[in-house]
Amino acid sequence: MAAGARVEVPSSPDEVGEVMRAAAEEELRVRVRGGGTKRAWGGAPPQPPDLELSTERLDSVVEHNEGDLTAVLQAGVPLARAQAAFAEANQMIALDPWLGDDGRATIGGVVATADSGPLRQRYSAARDLILGITVALGDGSVARAGGKVIKNVAGYDLAKLFTGSFGTLGVVVEVVMRLHPLAANRVTAIGTSDEPDALGRATSAVGHSPFGAESLDVAWADGQGQVLARFGGARPEATADRVVELLGEEGLTAERVDDDEGLWQRQREGQRSSDGAVLRVSALASQLPSMVRAAQEAGASLVGRAGLGLSWISLPAHDTGGLVATIEDLRRRLRPFSCVVVDAPDDVREKVDVWGEDATQLMRRVKARFDPHNVCNPGIFVGGI
Amino acid sequence: MGCGAIDTGLVERLTGICGQDHVLTDKDQLRTYECDGLRHYRSPPPVAVLPGSADEVRAVVRACHEAGCPWVARGAGTGLSGGALPIEDGVLIVLTRLNRILEVDLENQRVVVEPCVTNASVSDAVGPTHFYPPDPSSQVVSTIGGNVAENSGGLHCFKYGFTTNYVTGLEVVLSDGDVVTLGGKELDRPGYDLIGAFVGSEGTLGIATTITLRVIPVAESHETMVAYFDSIDAAGQAVSDIVAAGIVPAAIEIMDTLSIEATENWTHAGYPLDVAAALIVELDGPEAECDARAGDVLEIFGTAGASGTRVAEDEEERALIWKARKAAFGAMGYLSPYYYVQDSVVPRTRLAEILRKVQELADESGFRIANVFHAGDGNLHPLVCFDAKNPGESERAEEVAGAIVTACVEAGGSITGEHGVGVDKKKHMTEMFSEQDLDAFQRLRCAFDPDGLANPGKVMPTPRLCGEVPGPYRRHPLEQAGVAERF
Repeated sequence: MAAGARVEVPSSPDEVGEVMRAAAEEELRVRVRGGGTKRAWGGAPPQPPDLELSTERLDSVVEHNEGDLTAVLQAGVPLARAQAAFAEANQMIALDPWLGDDGRATIGGVVATADSGPLRQRYSAARDLILGITVALGDGSVARAGGKVIKNVAGYDLAKLFTGSFGTLGVVVEVVMRLHPLAANRVTAIGTSDEPDALGRATSAVGHSPFGAESLDVAWADGQGQVLARFGGARPEATADRVVELLGEEGLTAERVDDDEGLWQRQREGQRSSDGAVLRVSALASQLPSMVRAAQEAGASLVGRAGLGLSWISLPAHDTGGLVATIEDLRRRLRPFSCVVVDAPDDVREKVDVWGEDATQLMRRVKARFDPHNVCNPGIFVGGI
Repeated sequence: MGCGAIDTGLVERLTGICGQDHVLTDKDQLRTYECDGLRHYRSPPPVAVLPGSADEVRAVVRACHEAGCPWVARGAGTGLSGGALPIEDGVLIVLTRLNRILEVDLENQRVVVEPCVTNASVSDAVGPTHFYPPDPSSQVVSTIGGNVAENSGGLHCFKYGFTTNYVTGLEVVLSDGDVVTLGGKELDRPGYDLIGAFVGSEGTLGIATTITLRVIPVAESHETMVAYFDSIDAAGQAVSDIVAAGIVPAAIEIMDTLSIEATENWTHAGYPLDVAAALIVELDGPEAECDARAGDVLEIFGTAGASGTRVAEDEEERALIWKARKAAFGAMGYLSPYYYVQDSVVPRTRLAEILRKVQELADESGFRIANVFHAGDGNLHPLVCFDAKNPGESERAEEVAGAIVTACVEAGGSITGEHGVGVDKKKHMTEMFSEQDLDAFQRLRCAFDPDGLANPGKVMPTPRLCGEVPGPYRRHPLEQAGVAERF
């Protein structure tokens, strides 16, 4: 908790609205807190928040509609807890970012930061899985958009607008999520190579294959890399075996791993760092070899959603100056692709623009309309929004 | 709102931008554009302009802005909610000349198009190895720009999602003529997800002049199966059982007797005419997975009491099965001179209940109501058949259709699954959204279009203006820094 910040722990959407209304009247800067696993993300705010709004008591799974494959969750529900409940019905929210050592990350936090994990290859991102949203805006009004059905085009899709907005447009209070069946069996085809180009060819071969991998990742550390392709379903083994062959044809040493959960947990963890810095690069799938080489030459490791062109480059702990210089080098090298600093020590965060680019006028206009009094998480988003 | 009679100065400017041949003011020519696919709303525009490039679109929009004149953008005009219905005192911007595929980047699974490229031609451009999943039944004609405006779905969205899940980049002309670039080929560019806000905004936030789409590989194997049932309830039960078994078909569709009768007249696809419902299930995926799951589905058909089943033996038969389904709306002309297509949604588990309600409404009103629906996602398309030549009948048909919408909302659903609000569903918006919800929508609209020039009178139930930002005013740090102004 920020020193000196008051803490409010509302227990209903309306109470969140009341807290926000009071904050607007008092001209307070409000920071929202969920499980606290991504607290440092975003830019260093120019001034500390006056008030911290904790979603801790907004912790109920309001509805789990098994037959409809939907669920309504309050923002403070730890995602791990919800997933455990859905798993009993062989269902899941197809979002699997790293959730913290003790699984504290909340659905609200995952949505607000648009965090994602390896399942993104098949199921896309939080924006694609959110069906409806309830938000408390900076003036205390509580609004809903979307709905509770998986198909709905009534009204503007504010759920997507709020996803990844880092709480700067309002407080995410409740979300409606689409669920998917949990695969009965999952296995992984894994191939190893120390050639970035071979990894690129292999991921391209799998990514363009008609096999529909659930996850398609790459990992690179210390001069060696892996391609991991996970298949889920009633009979995933046969498909994985064919992908093992495919990886072999591209020059990788490949095998099938049946007990594969550890591999994927490592991929999720690779997107985070507790003492170094992690840079998320939005590139194209075809750029994978350049990403790998850039990481290698920066002395960094990399995990990536190889089929989607997203990479997380993880720089080991170093002094502030060293980390700042490496981040800036990587940004120059990887231009024009966006490089967002995800994790980094506070003093690094203060010296670099974590977003790496400015906000557009249109973004500022959106902010000004939704949060005219600049109450909601001011200063931490792109361009100082 | 509006700029009164379109003044000759504006028409001259539009002519200067697009050339005489591409500015229409003749009443007979304008009649072509008086409605979209929702034909009982008609309003010929006073002027239609057909720009030939993104730059011309920008110049046209800027000219309208300077004249204070509202406009409506239009693609192929296949929309079913009146979203492209012209306004009496505004310009109709017809985008049909922007029909080029600008780039196919198969390596990165992206296609960059102008707005009036047809939906089907995107898949054609990347086939047979890849495809563009959203596939509205109008796909041969309907355009990507229109799909973006409406967030179009289609037959395969239960598994593959909607237009919004496949747009990664947009170039948009805002109502002041400024051009903004949202996203690109890459994912997760920093900043607000304005693509998410724009897709499905029904032409009220601006005009997309360049659209970047994600395409995906075609699955290795497809199994298309049809089962026939003696009651819609039994077909619905089969759908529930499939979902409960953890199967995610690429498509699950139901047609009732009337729909089958209509489509058989046209397509001769071989559906029996004496069944209450035909359930079409398509699976796709790796061969081993598809084979295993197809066996499960056939077993579920049997358990649910199917009176017969049909499995597509080859691609030709698969196409025929789908041809019948996709023809359902068009074929309805064989049954009735006029019909009103409804597009509402219920949670899937409430389908049986809502269909009974639809039947009750049909019995009470005397109208025949055909049902085709996307059973996987609870999206109903009841077709209310009527004859507009009988006085008062179209109004009564619209009332019946409206009652279906209301029942769906009461069951926890939505007033529209894929056709949009447009003018048709405006009056139902308040059944689904509170005043505060609508106010939040308006904030978005005002951020994009503070002057209210883009497709006014659509989506929102009552006209709203973008006033000053309400509440106690505190000087915004962004304003202090001179980087933002208040609208």
